[in-house]
Amino acid sequence: MKREIIIAGFGGQGVLSMGKILAYAGLIDDLEITWMPSYGPEQRGGTANVTVVLSDRAISSPVLDSYDVAVILNQQSLDKFESKVKPGGVLIYDPYGIHRLPERTDIKVYPVEAMEATFGMKSAKSYNMVVLGALLKIDPLVSVDSVMLGLKKTLPERHHHLLPANREAIMKGKELVAE
Amino acid sequence: MKEEVRLMKGNEAIAHAAVRYGADGYFGYPITPQSEVLETLEALMPWETTGMVVLQAESEVASINMVYGGAATGKAVMTSSSSPGISLMQEGLSYIAAGELPCLVVNVMRGGPGLGTIHPSQSDYFQATRGGGHGDYHFIVLAPATVQEMADFVGLGFDLAFKYRTPAMLLADGIVGQMMEKVVLPPQRPRRTEREVIEQCPWAVTGRPSTRKPNIMTTLELDSYKMEENNRRFQQTYALIEQNEVRYEEYFTDDAEYLIVAFGSIARICLKAIEDARAAGLKVGLIRPITLWPFPYAPISEMSRKVKGILTVELNAGQMIQDVRLATEGRVPVWHFGRMGGIVPNPQEVLDALNADIASLNK
Repeated sequence: MKREIIIAGFGGQGVLSMGKILAYAGLIDDLEITWMPSYGPEQRGGTANVTVVLSDRAISSPVLDSYDVAVILNQQSLDKFESKVKPGGVLIYDPYGIHRLPERTDIKVYPVEAMEATFGMKSAKSYNMVVLGALLKIDPLVSVDSVMLGLKKTLPERHHHLLPANREAIMKGKELVAE
Repeated sequence: MKEEVRLMKGNEAIAHAAVRYGADGYFGYPITPQSEVLETLEALMPWETTGMVVLQAESEVASINMVYGGAATGKAVMTSSSSPGISLMQEGLSYIAAGELPCLVVNVMRGGPGLGTIHPSQSDYFQATRGGGHGDYHFIVLAPATVQEMADFVGLGFDLAFKYRTPAMLLADGIVGQMMEKVVLPPQRPRRTEREVIEQCPWAVTGRPSTRKPNIMTTLELDSYKMEENNRRFQQTYALIEQNEVRYEEYFTDDAEYLIVAFGSIARICLKAIEDARAAGLKVGLIRPITLWPFPYAPISEMSRKVKGILTVELNAGQMIQDVRLATEGRVPVWHFGRMGGIVPNPQEVLDALNADIASLNK
């Protein structure tokens, strides 16, 4: 098992956190992990992205030029990364704010209306968890249980009351993906 | 018992490893991309557990001189910074080297010259390996490629620094500083007691008992004959380090027809390029120098008798290539591929560069 994943969007959308949660789930599943963020001013607005590699074998490069899975949350990132998805790979994008749709036909493209779904939820901060849910439905590379265990392990105890809301958001994301 | 595997950034691993080594003091000033070292130390609050001092100094110049003072007393002290901050520390480093004092300096490199960029770079290779300050000196330079090595080289750096009474530098880059990976931290060791410091560091300024002459830390020696003696002693130490402490790793070198030499996180990008090259039938090997000083001349020299060409890949305009050329003594072509300004090449770019160089052989 090896997945080379890019998650890209605006700073503040929870791109880096979503990558981190995926990485912690990988830790629970005893996988090898690299998590490489774009760092610096991007984190405070502008575009942010993170490369996550999960593998059952040692990982060489944390920096990549093509990806098995791209999770795209804004137009700039779609423009930048659509061409970088490996043939046969997966492109997941949120159509919210997207004006030029993906054009590749040699990859699997999944629009996921996560932003729309988040509007109906208690906290807008759940957005990245909704996206994560959709990703795990499309590519169950880690289990929801591992994600929840990873979250529990890394969140300070005072935030543990938010765990059910996070699970709910993941489930919501799963529902957004058609069978 | 199985050690706990954790997930953390390279910078965070350095902070944890320093506390667990039983370091006595950290003095530093924040700068991207290594600010998490100081941040993590502040969060760990080791002054409440091991008694380690963590101090945000007013500048890098102050930090390195606090290290100088702490080192003179035989304590295990360290600082960390990134390229522009390390430039500010060069005077202090020259003095610490001249004082034959152990310390650990972490440089998480960013692109220069000047204030440059905050993104990854390896453009301080010359500064680190040639002795960036004035005078004839070297210090040990360790180049970590993984978060695990970021943690491990803290202890190794301190141990070597004390063994040879010289500064050791952990020369990392923004990639391995910022990336998260699995790591097993070293076990917690207690800080050395005052008695242990006095026993292990008879040269240190620890408060003179009436039974011995005072230890005086000075780097000034106006008698040139005595200064030359000092220089000869420094050089003897360096020769010993060169003899004993060369570290490197080889990958796929057994049947290699071409060799890549790269250090730090870039070596991992090259390893991925090599996996792709081998899948396409091109036999490429990798030597990853772990100590940049002392440099692994011997294994590269040996490989230069077997391969048709050597590519050095660096995040700079070509610095380590000079050492690789020294090692090969003109036996084979040595090429350079590098990106600058904080740009990190991807594995395909490395492979393209290698293929272009190989094509140039047949012209």
